[in-house]
Amino acid sequence: MHEPFVPHSRRLWLYAFAALVLVFLVAPVFIVIPMSFSGAQFLTFPPESFSLRWYRNYLESPEWLAATWISLKAAVLTTLVATPLGIAAAYGLNASRTRLATMAQVALVTPLLIPVIILGVGVFYLYVQIGLVNTLLGLVLAHSILAIPFVMVTVTAGLRQFDLNQERVARSLGATRLRAFMTVTLPQLRNSIVAGGLFAFITSLDEVVIALFISSGPQSTLTRRMFSGLRDQVDPTIAAVSSLLIVLSVALLGTAQLLQRRR
Amino acid sequence: MSATGIESLAARRAGRPDANAPELAADERRERLHLFGLSLPALLVIGIVAFLPTAWLFWLSFIDEGSFSLAHYERMVREASYLRIFWSTFEISAVVTVIAILLGYPLAYLLSQLSERAASLLLILVLVPFWTSLLVRTYAWLVLLQRRGVINDWLQGLGLVDAPLRLVHNYTGTLIGMTHIMLPFLILPTYAALRTIDRDYLKAAASLGASPLRAFWTVFFPLSLPGLMAGALLVFVLCLGFYVTPALLGGGRVLLVSMKIQQNAGMYFEWGAASAMGVILLVATLGIFWGLGRLVSLDRVMGER
Repeated sequence: MHEPFVPHSRRLWLYAFAALVLVFLVAPVFIVIPMSFSGAQFLTFPPESFSLRWYRNYLESPEWLAATWISLKAAVLTTLVATPLGIAAAYGLNASRTRLATMAQVALVTPLLIPVIILGVGVFYLYVQIGLVNTLLGLVLAHSILAIPFVMVTVTAGLRQFDLNQERVARSLGATRLRAFMTVTLPQLRNSIVAGGLFAFITSLDEVVIALFISSGPQSTLTRRMFSGLRDQVDPTIAAVSSLLIVLSVALLGTAQLLQRRR
Repeated sequence: MSATGIESLAARRAGRPDANAPELAADERRERLHLFGLSLPALLVIGIVAFLPTAWLFWLSFIDEGSFSLAHYERMVREASYLRIFWSTFEISAVVTVIAILLGYPLAYLLSQLSERAASLLLILVLVPFWTSLLVRTYAWLVLLQRRGVINDWLQGLGLVDAPLRLVHNYTGTLIGMTHIMLPFLILPTYAALRTIDRDYLKAAASLGASPLRAFWTVFFPLSLPGLMAGALLVFVLCLGFYVTPALLGGGRVLLVSMKIQQNAGMYFEWGAASAMGVILLVATLGIFWGLGRLVSLDRVMGER
């Protein structure tokens, strides 16, 4: 069965157009990486000389390293908070099947629908009152409201493929509910859970807008530092930081994608 | 299932009335309540950190000098500067959506006609930028588009322009950057929808004498509209509240709702004006998402990430 009714030769324009769109999509990402190895002060493409000076700059700058450290701490802690909360909510609401549970599911994904700028202003206003501005705890809580929905959605999708009767069998054989969950359900949800955790980690690491409001000075996150760096003058060190972030995001989210497919 | 459950099953089989039906119902209610309780920690965090401050902003938007008032909203309607901001936000979101459709639909269409294998390989090229941090992509455009940037270098090198073009820190740069970031949000749902369209309809149209062009416009395109609409609405609504890219690529020449909210709250501490704008943005956003939710399942769209 040969599909296209129009011969290939007569739709070359479509292939060319699609190729251009794909180039538009990937070009920026693939231009930043070679440029980060440039030896010159002004970033040109292709770079005239190659060096690792911007990576050295990054590794020798106490400010960049401090910001990286804060971002990594926030991302790890956000993952540790959001993953268990997201799993518990996904499991409970999926099994409870009441109208109230459906409403709670909607409520828990709502933070992803609210424009981040509103969350940023709101969280800032709240944190000023309770003294959480510029604290790691504040950052982790704020990032968790974006990370929990991702974990919940991913794990709920995994639970839909899972037959809850398996857990009932375990319980009828004398396992407690917790034991049945831990030994029967959880291992089968492993892929969804790891994918959800990776989403949570990247969500925190890449978050910019809320961090603009609640982290500053020595408490700045990596993205917050990059944002200020881009506004003032474009420092080529950012190309090095960006390349590292590209590699990390693509590796982690690519893994998450594969895990979800193999569910 | 508990022991009582099995007994009652036996009782029902024997045709006897279920003696402990009320207890069983109570048991089940308790179990559902316990299961619901598992979501409480997540609800608590999101309730306190996301909903409470949002409700607070709602409240603040109606308070002026200590008493209830619509003054902040009146300002939004009366002052030309605010109206202009709302208009340019709407306009740029609409323009980005239209460009995204024009660029994204043909690509999604072509991908949907390839074999699954070929399509998923090419989709990686859509997913890689999608996965890359927003800030990194905005940075890339800044570097590409600036006066001494790559694009101006090439244009001058090829002799196409004499002096470098102003491509960034203005409307053009904002448009290019926003379109780039939004494009995957259009392509992914549209592609998914196009895949599900049954090719036999096209064959039927062809066998009835329709030219390929006619078959496309009268059969395929209408069938693809729900998916395309979902993608377009998603792009539009995400543009309405977009902050990072327009703030960096607009260079202060493009002022959108999100940027005005940030200025009012972060620089001038004008909470009333910031919150009134925020409420208008929030109502518009949630309204559109509600409409979108009627077109497609929302967690499918959000779970894409």
